[in-house]
Amino acid sequence: MALQTIKNVAIKGIAACVPEEVADNRQLELLGTPEDREKFIETTGIAKRHIVGNSKVTTSDLCFQAAEKLLADLQWNKDEIDCLVFVTQTPDYILPATSAILQDRLGLSKDCFAIDISLGCSGWVYGLSTISSFISSGNFKKGLLLVGDTVTVTKSDRDKSTYPLFGDAGTATALSYSPDAKPMYFHTGTDGSGYEAIMIEDGGFRNFFNEESLTVKERGEGIFRNNLQSHLSGQDVFIFGITRAPKSIKTLIENFNLNVDEVDYFILHQANMLMTDMIRKKLKVDPAKVPYSLDEYGNTSSASIPLTITTRINDKVTQGPVKMIACGFGVGLSWGTVYFETENIVCPEILKYNLNT
Amino acid sequence: MEQKFIDLFKETLEIEDREVALTDTFRDYDEWDSLALLSVIAMIDEEYDVIIESNEFQKLQTVGDIHNYITAHSN
Repeated sequence: MALQTIKNVAIKGIAACVPEEVADNRQLELLGTPEDREKFIETTGIAKRHIVGNSKVTTSDLCFQAAEKLLADLQWNKDEIDCLVFVTQTPDYILPATSAILQDRLGLSKDCFAIDISLGCSGWVYGLSTISSFISSGNFKKGLLLVGDTVTVTKSDRDKSTYPLFGDAGTATALSYSPDAKPMYFHTGTDGSGYEAIMIEDGGFRNFFNEESLTVKERGEGIFRNNLQSHLSGQDVFIFGITRAPKSIKTLIENFNLNVDEVDYFILHQANMLMTDMIRKKLKVDPAKVPYSLDEYGNTSSASIPLTITTRINDKVTQGPVKMIACGFGVGLSWGTVYFETENIVCPEILKYNLNT
Repeated sequence: MEQKFIDLFKETLEIEDREVALTDTFRDYDEWDSLALLSVIAMIDEEYDVIIESNEFQKLQTVGDIHNYITAHSN
């Protein structure tokens, strides 16, 4: 079973950046009448989202801004950073890896280990386990985990089943080798039999971009999209989320004998409220311990966990010790849960990216 | 059991203006859409601890079909 204990690594800071443009689901005609829109917001919990729109701003732009601010607030020298892990499914290019572009743009040392990881909603947990493994040995002393997505660019604005749910965000998490740090515990899982549940069919190397790729077709009621736009089987993903996520969290708790009452916050991937509420109820956790950011930012894919920490418990993580369990689950299908502790970390207020620059 | 399910089903779909019968084809309701579907799946999971997978749910047509599925699959 994919259980891991990772020692000697401390999270020193988390920052997040969203585009300043706000899409308001109350104004979204795609959702139907004003009554339909209210019902959608009541069920999903998603009222507003920050989107890059047609600006061509990418995930790496958002992560760059978050990283610059975080490094400045931490007063870290850029040449101290030994490794950069960039997690996204919306990279700048098919080639080269965006982590290389970010290494240069951030002015990091050329002696820097840089790697891209392609994962979505489980991405922050997987990225954290990857970079923490590198640092744990003491070979790398400081690392930067940049995680985010501009998911809205991959959705059709004529797809009622996906378009209103998603927002864009980029985040930065700073880690250092710290022999006195409390261990992190991970549980991770994969079920590739569900790979078609969330998918962009064309534009990769299985199905090249072709003359049919841009043809918009009706795929169901209120669902018009082309083959370069993401498909999402709502029902399959919903069932996956409400079964796998609580199981993964329970597995972690049982295997590492964690005291649930001592956990201050459960940070769940912000899919939609119906889903997160179901997961919370199955875990029998006090709602006050489960912060939500989806009301204001929607489902921000791999960014949702650090974004929720930055925007909803900022005052807690910057002032004293906090024990957290975070769980991400989605495209792949892939899921991961982590237990970690922070103490007085650097966590700047959410940054807003000016799309006109 | 049956009445409890009908009440929960009505509450989930927010049907207040009429009665719901086990013989009703729920897919014809004005209230039935993708969100209603997820809400019903969540309700059944929460109340009965039964998960109905997509390919199974597609076969169900009436309110009674759902009720029968739950009865057959709950412990």
